[in-house]
Amino acid sequence: MDLKLKIWRQKNANDKGKMVDYPISNVSPDMSFLEMLDVLNNELIEKGEAPVSFDHDCREGICGSCSLYINGEAHGPDRLITTCQLHMRTFKDGETITIEPWRAKAFPVIKDLVVDRTAFDRIQHAGGFISVNTSGNTIDANAIPINKADADNAFMAATCIGCGACVASCKNSSAMLFVGAKVSQFALLPQGQVEATDRVLNMVKQMDEEGFGNCTNTGACEVECPKGISLENIARMNREYLSASLKG
Amino acid sequence: MALDSKIPQGPIKDKWTDYKNHIDLVNPANKRNIDVIIVGTGLAGGSAAATLAELGYNVKAFCFQDSPRRAHSIAAQGGINAAKNYQGDGDSTYRLFYDTVKGGDYRSREANVYRLAEVSTNIIDQCVAQGVPFAREYGGLLDNRSFGGVLVSRTFYAAGQTGQQLLLGAYSAMNRQIGRGKIKMYNRHEMLDVVKVDGKARGIITRNLINGEIERHSAHAVVLGTGGYGNVFFLSTNAMGSNVTAAWKAHKRGAHFANPCYTQIHPTCIPVSGDHQSKLTLMSESLRNDGRIWVPKHKKDVEAIRNKTLKPTQLAEEDRDYYLERRYPAFGNLVPRDVASRAAKERSDAGYGVNATGEAVYLDFASAFMRYGKEQATVRHLDFNDEALVRKLGQEVVKNKYGNLFQMYEKIVDENPYETPMMIYPAVHYTMGGVWVDYNLMTTVPGLYAIGEANFSDHGANRLGASALMQGLADGYFVLPYTIGDYLADDIRTGPISTDTKEFEEAEAEVRKNIDHLINNNGTHSVDHFHRRLGKIMWDKCGMARNEKDLKSAITEISELRAEFWKDVRVPGTANEFNEELAKAGRVADFLELGELFAKDALQREESAGGHFRDEYQTAEGEAVRKKEFQYVSAWEYKGEPKDAILHKEHLEYENIKVKERSYK
Amino acid sequence: MSGILNSSIGRKFAMALSALFLMVFLLQHFSINILSVLAPETFNVVSHFMGTFWVIQYLLQPVLIIGVIFHFVMGFVLEIRNNKARQISYAKNNGGANSTWMSRNMIWSGLSILAFICLHFYDFWFPEINTKFIVGDMSGLIDPNNAESGYRYYEELQHKFVDAWRVVLYVISFVFLALHLLHGFNSAFQSVGANNKYTKGLKGFSKIYAIGIPLGFVFIALFHFFNQAH
Repeated sequence: MDLKLKIWRQKNANDKGKMVDYPISNVSPDMSFLEMLDVLNNELIEKGEAPVSFDHDCREGICGSCSLYINGEAHGPDRLITTCQLHMRTFKDGETITIEPWRAKAFPVIKDLVVDRTAFDRIQHAGGFISVNTSGNTIDANAIPINKADADNAFMAATCIGCGACVASCKNSSAMLFVGAKVSQFALLPQGQVEATDRVLNMVKQMDEEGFGNCTNTGACEVECPKGISLENIARMNREYLSASLKG
Repeated sequence: MALDSKIPQGPIKDKWTDYKNHIDLVNPANKRNIDVIIVGTGLAGGSAAATLAELGYNVKAFCFQDSPRRAHSIAAQGGINAAKNYQGDGDSTYRLFYDTVKGGDYRSREANVYRLAEVSTNIIDQCVAQGVPFAREYGGLLDNRSFGGVLVSRTFYAAGQTGQQLLLGAYSAMNRQIGRGKIKMYNRHEMLDVVKVDGKARGIITRNLINGEIERHSAHAVVLGTGGYGNVFFLSTNAMGSNVTAAWKAHKRGAHFANPCYTQIHPTCIPVSGDHQSKLTLMSESLRNDGRIWVPKHKKDVEAIRNKTLKPTQLAEEDRDYYLERRYPAFGNLVPRDVASRAAKERSDAGYGVNATGEAVYLDFASAFMRYGKEQATVRHLDFNDEALVRKLGQEVVKNKYGNLFQMYEKIVDENPYETPMMIYPAVHYTMGGVWVDYNLMTTVPGLYAIGEANFSDHGANRLGASALMQGLADGYFVLPYTIGDYLADDIRTGPISTDTKEFEEAEAEVRKNIDHLINNNGTHSVDHFHRRLGKIMWDKCGMARNEKDLKSAITEISELRAEFWKDVRVPGTANEFNEELAKAGRVADFLELGELFAKDALQREESAGGHFRDEYQTAEGEAVRKKEFQYVSAWEYKGEPKDAILHKEHLEYENIKVKERSYK
Repeated sequence: MSGILNSSIGRKFAMALSALFLMVFLLQHFSINILSVLAPETFNVVSHFMGTFWVIQYLLQPVLIIGVIFHFVMGFVLEIRNNKARQISYAKNNGGANSTWMSRNMIWSGLSILAFICLHFYDFWFPEINTKFIVGDMSGLIDPNNAESGYRYYEELQHKFVDAWRVVLYVISFVFLALHLLHGFNSAFQSVGANNKYTKGLKGFSKIYAIGIPLGFVFIALFHFFNQAH
């Protein structure tokens, strides 16, 4: 396949940046999207040009590093996958593909397609944990029976890979699907109840301070989420937050 | 220097308890004055960082990813072993210990493995308390599944994402300490050297991957939880960034490197599709519970399948060779990983591989569909003679068990595995070898520790499924926090370590020199070009089966390639910016040294054991021949070039297990 | 509880509460208006009651006005803040792939409704306030000096729908109202945390409400346009 790539190039955080066109040929439909970029980069390096920087690591859809906005959608047009799992057979020969970084004030660009997502980490520092010492001297694991449906729902929420596609897709750059998933995981488990009030208040406070927008329930995040995290998690966070506000 | 493994005296079941009762402790007020550096934030590094911070030490944690949560532990699928015996099927600490030593082909250290089995149960308690959502039964209690090569059901899991859930648990424990200011987290930082002061590890040199700044960081002890080196093969199931650099720099500073040739090749991965391939994808071992592995019996059918004139589903039962069931009737498709991988290679080498490259075998679920389907039809009082209905019902059952894996396969290969058998081939997955450590997990450099996959200690020559997660968390949560305290007890009066010393200066200068060389080299080929070539040498000559001739030529070729790399590599950009090529170049430079030591280690080990198989040492049926005189750990001391490395042997004694022939027939 | 309106979720909750309140009001407004088609006499009686009963005039009316203003002001505040959360927009954005047009354009449907409300106030509310409080005529009669002249409400209503342009504006506004409600109805429930097994049923109901009510208003406007008494 021959393709025309339009890629966002930006030298560093202070650079203005612009879209640059790159033609690429002999792309195999079996390549993953990132392998196609590898090929482009190899060509650029051997020509003496600067390769395109992008975040990537596991290349099997679980680490959450890759983060490309492809043809107007986070992780490209396919569903329930990350960019590294997107294959070139999804595109047509001769197609123009626009590749941009996640766009959000809370995710500033570091270089080209690489953005800084440490805002997510800081939200977790504020309360994304259960305060239990890691001494191993806790009660036996089976001393806390948990309803299977709750455990399964907590797991579904916990499968979030923190890639930021929710923020990138949201017209408001809201992080509520991410925070909602984390709040939900603990809200659904008995272990999480003790600190439930402080957790949701602190995490939401940090989320707001990071400069993410507000949720207007468009549902774009749920559709683009590579792990299919449900909007129910946002509703659950809203409930948790409101009841915590009344208590706190 | 003779290796001292510092194994405590006494009966094996009391060693760890006695040890803990007699070590020196650091009082809480003094812990505040002690700094610990932890490099790597996977299961081992992350859990160690959280625990040490909780104990009161000042922890500085480093990872090259943009967040600790992205360490490659996250990709582990199947599960984590623990001798809980919740199923009441006869599991015990001893049995887990026994299975691990036997699975490791009697090449691991008894005392370490026993301790691992002992603390395994704590891990599960700990993780549940942290809110890790393990799979549960309808009664609300934890569920278990079975894993390859053992006779009990002791694997705890969270769907096919156990590693992710455990890592997020450790990450959440870290977050708590980061929030409290007890861990200072350095994301996107790569460790480029260990700094020794008066013979002790006292700091590291790092490069900030965002702006290229070279930084000095000091501490009273340095811990490496930097994972394995499978990427020396270029293609592996490791993440793109997984590297040996931290461990290799430690090696160069005096830490012995143990058993580099012990590599686990995982039998069920998605085959290579072309030259563009950047990494390989694992399909969980659990698939072998229900899938049957086969290739065609006749060459003509192989040809037809490759030409796509014959579909695998059209091939009659009697024309298929279920080679694992044929060769190992007792264990069948559930033989351990090393055995399954070698058998796949044997068939492919003999010309029976089923894809265009000739390197693939089938993993077929057709009979599982029918078996489960019949069961369902019976349960639901439907017509179990209706083949289409039965298949459909069976597919639903399989979908419930492995749906995400089937979906992943379809996305990558573009074939529906419900309709046609999966194609799989072995791929490099885990490295049992690593930095040599004693019972305290300390390397041969005082104050320098290695934990998790980065060390060599627990898995011998072959790791059992679901044991890597167990080891990472055991080391980080429950072992290192004790052993490091014993060492740091001597440091309570040391005070802060200055970075304005000659030692730091020299180490930094060396790092800068290396970077300058790479940046100013102006060669003709990209880093990947060299990495791919290294990978090819490794796979062809140090892969699933090795022999003297190939290993010798690998040593020469790698050393030549290394020279060529330093002369001809092209690294674009500058040193003072985000420059992934520069980071990669440094990593590949280290792989080019490790690769040679790997081959050298494989060459000296004139036997076959676990993941190390030498063509010269096999039975007439092609089984591994283990030798008593090689019952040792080979620990290599750095002496400049890899070819000059000096071999030290730690002899392994088995007092609690009788060393037997591993047979799965 | 303090400072809840300073948090994103608090604002969202307040937005949803005002929306739920306005949706109840809308239903009430529609119920009375449809009487103008079904039973003009009853319409007059009810209108007079609504316009003169003190609980409604002095208690509920201010609450409603505050609710409307709050909903708009908060809507603008959120829109501005949300725009700030993305300073560089995408060169190519395919919003249609993951969300409805309605959900992405609440500000535009909202602004259309605001414009409509201005027109609507100009048409009905200002004259009404003028008659009642400036002129001081609380009788509700066509001719305040003639008790036999009957209530003025129905006649005034009909009178407003003489001009085709106004009817067209009303119809367009109701289309925007429908678009606003198509997203807003469910969104309000999601915001207050109601997303559960009833959500599917609620979605069906929301469609009926979001399309039914505006359609009803359109019907009323057209009915009066085509059925002028004089």
